[in-house]
Amino acid sequence: MKTANKKIENKRKQIILSFYKALKSFGATLPILIGVILLIGLFKVNIPSKLISSIFTGEIFRDTFFGSMIGSISAGNPITSYIIGGELLKEGVGLFAVTAFITAWVTVGLIQLPAEASILGKRFALMRNVLSFLFSILVAIATVLTLKVII
Amino acid sequence: MRLKKEKNTKKSSKNLYYSFSFLIVVIVLYVVLFFLKPEKLVNSLYASWNIFISIIPVLILVIFLMGVSNYLLKPKKVSKYLGKKSGLKGWFLSTLFGILSHGSIYVWYPLLKDLKERGMRTGLIAVFLYNRAIKIPLLPIMIYYFGIFFVIILCIYMIVASVLQGKIIEIIEDKYIVQRGENV
Repeated sequence: MKTANKKIENKRKQIILSFYKALKSFGATLPILIGVILLIGLFKVNIPSKLISSIFTGEIFRDTFFGSMIGSISAGNPITSYIIGGELLKEGVGLFAVTAFITAWVTVGLIQLPAEASILGKRFALMRNVLSFLFSILVAIATVLTLKVII
Repeated sequence: MRLKKEKNTKKSSKNLYYSFSFLIVVIVLYVVLFFLKPEKLVNSLYASWNIFISIIPVLILVIFLMGVSNYLLKPKKVSKYLGKKSGLKGWFLSTLFGILSHGSIYVWYPLLKDLKERGMRTGLIAVFLYNRAIKIPLLPIMIYYFGIFFVIILCIYMIVASVLQGKIIEIIEDKYIVQRGENV
């Protein structure tokens, strides 16, 4: 009976300790988290979508590159990128650029880079973001070319 | 052991210093904005507040999942599924977890850090982060704008890209470790 009680007590202690560790680990990331949210707010209000549409000219590689660049420095819910991308398409921006834009938006996180570097390591964060940027260009080109072959 | 603990404390205080410096820089940007365009300051704060409110439930979920993983996931278990010796199953699981996870990307960092310390492969962390780009609940709006074929093709290429990215990161990391070992 005593050993059973001790086991339950030990389990309870382990659970409390696990959640305490989780809270502590999360608390350490709070300054970055608040900073990132404030920065996204600044970007959302101060970077107009008209500025984005003035940059794309129609050249495939240039547009894809710029699409990835702008997607990389943008942040927020992916739904925003789909809406902006869809609207840009309606305004005549090429599908290569828009695909690169929405892919980079969700895979590259320049704004979140300080948080990622601080938590997962500088080398990893830098490598991951550089590769995501390159892959956003490749994924965009491959997607649009495949789509053109299929349809 | 003591040396390792001291090193960890030093590292965490350095990280905390880095985190607070970043927050202070962002606050300075807001102060500058207050003097240049005070009306935009209110809008920016409002946009930030909206983001914060919308992610609160996810934050609570993440803290809960971190607690559960602290309790359930022992290093041996993680290294079995997502560790050095995890094969195809590890790549598949991290892809699946990445697609199914939701909420802002940065609220998952602490959980990934925990998993990394428990032996999760860096390549699989990259795969998880990349696949978070595929959001199942948001697919209908993507289909509305771009069509179903576009969405299917894009998702397939993104999964392929995520695995390639993970592999490349692991190759570079391995080379770095070998080089470091030779230099020591």
